[in-house]
Amino acid sequence: MSVPLSHVLIVASLMFAMGLGCVIAWRANVIMMLIGIEIMLNAVMLTFVGGSAHWGIADGQLFSLMLMALTSAEVSLALAMVVYLHRRKQTVNTDDFNSMKG
Amino acid sequence: MEATLFYILAAVLLIGILLAITARQAVRSIVYLVTSFFALALMFYLLGAPLIAAFEVIIYAGAIMVLFLFVIMMLELESPEKLAKPNFKNWLPALLLAGAVVGALVVLLASRVQAVPPGFTEIPVRQFAFALFKQYGVAVEVVSMQLLFALVGALYLGRRR
Repeated sequence: MSVPLSHVLIVASLMFAMGLGCVIAWRANVIMMLIGIEIMLNAVMLTFVGGSAHWGIADGQLFSLMLMALTSAEVSLALAMVVYLHRRKQTVNTDDFNSMKG
Repeated sequence: MEATLFYILAAVLLIGILLAITARQAVRSIVYLVTSFFALALMFYLLGAPLIAAFEVIIYAGAIMVLFLFVIMMLELESPEKLAKPNFKNWLPALLLAGAVVGALVVLLASRVQAVPPGFTEIPVRQFAFALFKQYGVAVEVVSMQLLFALVGALYLGRRR
């Protein structure tokens, strides 16, 4: 395939910028913040796979596999926490979660 | 041919993500995101990573996004117009930071000529598996422990009192 590595990196950084914007713009909604984190992690995975394909070493693909395992662990815990908080306060608005009392 | 396909997929990916982060309802956002992750999986395949492409479809589009959808539907959120939609004041810092990232990218691309020759080498699954289980065997164990901890934590948080 005759696509330069820089184009892959451009796509990945635009994707990362959009994920960052999602996290910051939707900072009142927990679920949309998690979606933004997913987008950013996928941008990182695209960077790793692009680098791995460019240099012909399997390490980048391997690390994106690790990243996938990390993301599934993170998402399962975060969504369990969202369900727990919604059960307590009946909302997903982050401004309502303002007490640390257990 | 492959390069054209790559640019089409990149366009689908970026437009899908743009629609996902500006969608009014979380469910629509998830569906847009699944579309763009399918495009991303095809991009991984074109970059010579068939295993990662399969995992992207199976784990991301198939498991994680469905988990999101499941939680959104289980929570029975109130009508979407009650949810705080970000207004321009919320979008301003986001646009500022995204603009900083894009500006850094433009400066980086304009500053020096790219001397890297185009072309990608496909990595066979055999090489991937050798690297995974011979070179990074400890990492596999650590990841399995991490998944176990996540399972225990999710069970602890989700139990009924």
